[in-house]
Amino acid sequence: MKTMTDMQIKEILDIVKTGRVLTDESDRFSYSFDASFGTYLPDAVIQTKSVEELAGLVKYANLENIPVYPRGQSTSLSGGPLPVKGGMVIDLSVMNDLLEIDEEDMVAVVSPGVLTADIHKAAEAKGLMYPPDPSSSHVSTIGGNLAENSGGPRGLKYGVTKDYVIGLEVITPQGEIIRTGGRTVKNVTGYDLTKLIVGSEGTLGIITKAILRLIPKPPASETVMAVFDSLVDAGRAISRILTSGILPAKMELMDQASMVAVENYRPSGLPTDAEALILIELDGHPMAVRDEAEQVSQVCRQIGAREVRVPQTKEEKEEVWKARKLVSPAIVKVKPTKISEDATVPRSKIPEMCHRLQEIKEKYKIDLVVFGHVGDGNLHPNIIADKSDKAEMLRVEKAVAEIFEAAVQLGGTLSGEHGIGTMKAPFMEMELGAVGLDMMKRIKQAWDPQNIMNPGKIFPEPGQKLVLSE
Amino acid sequence: MSDHLAALRTELNYEKTNKCVQCGYCLPACPTYLTMGKETHSPRGRINLVKMAGEGRIKDLSVLEEPLDLCLGCRACETVCPTGVEYGAILESARAAITRRKKFSVPANAFRNTLFKKVFPSRKAMNLIGNAMWLYEKTGVQKLARKSGLTEKLPAHLGEFEKIMPAAVSPWERSRLPKFTGAKGEKKYSVAFFVGCVMDAMFSKINRLSVQLLSEVGCDVIVVENQTCCGALHAHAGEREEGKKLAKQNILAFEQAEVDFIVNNAGGCGAMMAEYNHLLADEPEWADRARQFSSKSKDISQVLALCGGVKGQERPTDRVTYQPSCHMTNVQKVTADPVQLIKNLPNVELVEMKEANMCCGSAGIYNIVHYDASMEILDHKMKQVKDTQTTTIVTTNPGCLLQMKLGIERANLSGRMRAVHLVEYLAERCSDSQVTNISKTD
Repeated sequence: MKTMTDMQIKEILDIVKTGRVLTDESDRFSYSFDASFGTYLPDAVIQTKSVEELAGLVKYANLENIPVYPRGQSTSLSGGPLPVKGGMVIDLSVMNDLLEIDEEDMVAVVSPGVLTADIHKAAEAKGLMYPPDPSSSHVSTIGGNLAENSGGPRGLKYGVTKDYVIGLEVITPQGEIIRTGGRTVKNVTGYDLTKLIVGSEGTLGIITKAILRLIPKPPASETVMAVFDSLVDAGRAISRILTSGILPAKMELMDQASMVAVENYRPSGLPTDAEALILIELDGHPMAVRDEAEQVSQVCRQIGAREVRVPQTKEEKEEVWKARKLVSPAIVKVKPTKISEDATVPRSKIPEMCHRLQEIKEKYKIDLVVFGHVGDGNLHPNIIADKSDKAEMLRVEKAVAEIFEAAVQLGGTLSGEHGIGTMKAPFMEMELGAVGLDMMKRIKQAWDPQNIMNPGKIFPEPGQKLVLSE
Repeated sequence: MSDHLAALRTELNYEKTNKCVQCGYCLPACPTYLTMGKETHSPRGRINLVKMAGEGRIKDLSVLEEPLDLCLGCRACETVCPTGVEYGAILESARAAITRRKKFSVPANAFRNTLFKKVFPSRKAMNLIGNAMWLYEKTGVQKLARKSGLTEKLPAHLGEFEKIMPAAVSPWERSRLPKFTGAKGEKKYSVAFFVGCVMDAMFSKINRLSVQLLSEVGCDVIVVENQTCCGALHAHAGEREEGKKLAKQNILAFEQAEVDFIVNNAGGCGAMMAEYNHLLADEPEWADRARQFSSKSKDISQVLALCGGVKGQERPTDRVTYQPSCHMTNVQKVTADPVQLIKNLPNVELVEMKEANMCCGSAGIYNIVHYDASMEILDHKMKQVKDTQTTTIVTTNPGCLLQMKLGIERANLSGRMRAVHLVEYLAERCSDSQVTNISKTD
């Protein structure tokens, strides 16, 4: 059933003069999904590079009560861009023309459709770095990263997207264009609307431009790889490294199940009889990173690592990291459906969370693999299942709920970097409490009283439950 | 699930669409997503459309027609896919399902039938085309047509293609490749040469040079009778059954020869033949023989490299760029050998173009059927070519070769740049006097 009338479609055709309005069935189906679950048909998909036209469109949607769904390239793992209530999808990936690096102010000024990886490249060409590095950065748009407040492996040392945004241009749900923050790192004028918008998952407005803070690119990096016979030892090594005065850029863990999966998929010489492998990247001055790599190696050996290796050449380093990248594709070889969670706990609780995950795995008899950015507590418990197996999917639903409970009980959070979207909305109250959640709802109501911006996200509908068994 | 839907799922290869996790990693690799700018023309979008049809959410298969038609079939998405989705198989089965349900207009149907069932597979018909081209050129009709502007009025932009057609070879020159050409020096392998339909009719000179190069590096070269078109154009257009027929004929023909390799010089044909094993997997009496055939099928660059490469001679310096054939890269996975062969030539500098692995827009007969879409892709490609500041574009497939020639015309680079097949280029720079007598093809 369509939400929009033919008259309304005609109106938006009048508003969008320079862009395209897609209404064919093939087009509507092609904007009905993201990398999470579910298919929801929009009535129209709008592509335009004009901020004014977009503002006009939102103004009209607000008058007519039409849902508006901003979208980048739909790599979201939480349902952020899904048009769950129909209406319009705004494809912002076409707004990709602006990418300026200002070396003096050390900022990048970008339009929302620019790919995150292109910002990395442009900054690096001038000796600078934009640190947030979600693994989908060669496909994901910066607009999507901003809306979801994306993280990535480098979050351990450098923080996440919100730590690098100092200014925004935003279309409000009333169709006005506002600017928040600016080009200075220090700015305490009024409420920090920039930070409010970043991570609001498109529920408060459409980001049409952003000013990002850049830092000098570290001149060198070293990688340390350590193999442990016990997962607990690996956990201890991680804590010891993090309390030894060294802050690695990345710290990744692969458990036995993920190593086995990789070896079955594309043999890479991983020690499948070991319980855990950790990969540590250190960046900074060449002398400093060499010294730190030595210290890290020593810590690992003291804890009882059975093998510690510091790859020397660029090729060797790439080889080591490649195996880590293969985990995601490797595990879906086992079964086709992957439920990728990103529950995150304080660093001190990493071993306990690992333990809880093992219990959940056994209790519900599910295929659960743990790998991820272990240094910042952002474990990625991935459940591998078969969507067509109803009974299994019901067990998965329960297991997912219990993973969330465990994370919250340990002082952590539902989502470290993927966002709430549709999938985690039912668990919001568990983490925030009724009043906490209500305060957020009040902000949403104040910004968007008609509830036209990305409706159906973040806040649970009455009685909403996690449903994976379609 | 109804029986009807279950049958449709089998027909569409629905199971294979479930492997797609919709991560979007294929988007940056897809030429049509880049130029057409919507998800509908991306691999992820197309797979989703097939999936939706398999789930009965899209009832009318004609909804899928345009998005699938406009796919180049370059399969660059398969190379970047982290979960190994078999896009090519999904595309072909969906296209076949659409073709089956489609009522072509009578003339269109007749044209398709003639083209796919009579022209490509028939040596005689392809010879005729070759002869007509030669006559057309030599009799001065070409000049006249060009002068009068007649070629500009040809339908479907055929006028533009006319400019780039290779110099035709007279029928008696083209007639036949020798049935046997012995290896020069020590014999390393014995190979059967795959002639191809388009290569034979339009690029018979490249075929001749291929045989000479193979013999030069130490191969006995056999040209077997009764070989036919590889069937790629059929399979890609949804004429799968016709493709199977041709595959079987080739298997039969090449089984007669006891050789180490079956060598082709066209990336598209090579890819098709490398997949005969998939094509005939569910026909018990053919599956094994197809597997054998596919494992023996090699691109000429692989065999030349295996034999130690060709010896280049000191020649004037040249800067070249290489446009890989998509089907060689993404299906045959042959990427290093052509590059190495070029790099080994003295005084030749190979400059890699940006986005080299992006399709040129030729894609079989895509550039004729979807002219505008193809030209947009080609113009994007030519920007990258121009940036290399080279004078020669080396290709490994007849379609790419013609398309690059067309690109040179469109970018107003003719006279300053040329496009050649790898075999031509190697022969041109090769030391042996027998192979050096090469004039440019244009």
